[in-house]
Amino acid sequence: MTNQIIKMTVNGEKKEILAEPRELLIYVLREKLGLTGAHVGCETSHCGACTVEINGKSVKSCTMFAVQAEGAEITTIEGLGSPDNLHVLQANFKEHHGLQCGYCTPGMITRAHRLLQENPNPTEEDVRFGISGNICRCTGYQNIVKSILSAAAELNAAKEAAQ
Amino acid sequence: MFALALIELPLLYSEVYRRQGGHRMITSAFEYHRPSDLAGALSVLEEHGDDARVIAGGHSLIPMMKLRMADVPHLIDLQDIADLKGITVEVGTVTIGAMTTQHDLINNKALLAAAPIIHEAALQIADPQVRYMGTIGGNVANGDPGNDMPGLMQCLDATFTLVGPDGTRSVKAREFYEAAYMTEREDGEILTQISFPVTNSGFAYEKQKRKIGDYATAACAVLIAKEDGKVTSASVAMTNLSDVPVLSEAAGAALVGTSCDAIAMKAAVAAALQDIDPTEDNRGPVEFKIHVAGIIISRAIARAWSRA
Repeated sequence: MTNQIIKMTVNGEKKEILAEPRELLIYVLREKLGLTGAHVGCETSHCGACTVEINGKSVKSCTMFAVQAEGAEITTIEGLGSPDNLHVLQANFKEHHGLQCGYCTPGMITRAHRLLQENPNPTEEDVRFGISGNICRCTGYQNIVKSILSAAAELNAAKEAAQ
Repeated sequence: MFALALIELPLLYSEVYRRQGGHRMITSAFEYHRPSDLAGALSVLEEHGDDARVIAGGHSLIPMMKLRMADVPHLIDLQDIADLKGITVEVGTVTIGAMTTQHDLINNKALLAAAPIIHEAALQIADPQVRYMGTIGGNVANGDPGNDMPGLMQCLDATFTLVGPDGTRSVKAREFYEAAYMTEREDGEILTQISFPVTNSGFAYEKQKRKIGDYATAACAVLIAKEDGKVTSASVAMTNLSDVPVLSEAAGAALVGTSCDAIAMKAAVAAALQDIDPTEDNRGPVEFKIHVAGIIISRAIARAWSRA
């Protein structure tokens, strides 16, 4: 089957990619756009390591064909912050040791980012329910939850200070 | 460190294979269609017959395609068809477009008021990411006995609208399911909307699952209407306890006229268990499933009654 051109906006930049319709979004992001932040974990939509944001939704990019994202706005972990300028969530994961091996972390942070957009004042239960599509095999989740709650508090404090 | 290296070696090999494409899950090749209206989707379906299939959220179909259990030479993406989205509540009837996602169902205030059981059930489907993509239409049309919406739709006595080359027709949820993955929908038809009466009955959707994202070991939807301390009507439907969703009329009948006391409850559970036919799988043997079903059904009835 032939390649086709797929247009999408990734981390604010317009991209045109040549891909077969059957290519999964995760592989197009990683291999054609060089965005290796989103990870391939289970490849079966269970683990959440491949989570990216598409048109304001948290999506497991292993369970979407790239062609389905034609015209979409996509944000990956690379679009949230950089090593020199960490996103508040990234800084808090670092501060609270919200990771051990780090494999699930990009998915966790991308998912947490959307969760805080929709619910800026989550309870611990909200956070646990909100990240229930992301599996971590190292931490036991304790510090991940702590990191997200702390990031939420920091974001809210910054918002209040700005007003 | 050395011990770690021993563990990592096979992982490294698998990563090499992965990069070579050796372990990657690749679907069969297909042509992708994204029509902007229903007529466009129907015409692709008509042109390619068995070789075409519609994709809604894709979280059932894409995994099946990856496993090569589904081969779809022509994939018709419904995401651009605006008519298939949205929730309206008018003159006592709720109408939901097939492409409405579980996330949309959960966050719709009018729907929460008109049928809170949908909210309770949708929150128990899969996980947050899947709920952003998964649609009510896909959930009811796929015919997977593990899906939660079919039993719920039978409980609500919903009606499905099917549009095909010969026009539009309606089928009751209670008459839609024939066997696992076999439904009343013809190949050339698309399920476009779901409607059901607004309900202020006591409600519950109770689901036992092994983990987040799993299908039910047993699940049960219950609606109970009450007047003067007695049940005036009751609807009991179950998920993943047969190859189709099961509405137990006998269970409902066992509750009507009672005050949902222990005796009535026991009779209703016994009646419901007579109507199911679970099979053994990795969620457990038949005896275990019947045991779990009994507990889930009685919890659902008790909670629905407490809210009636």
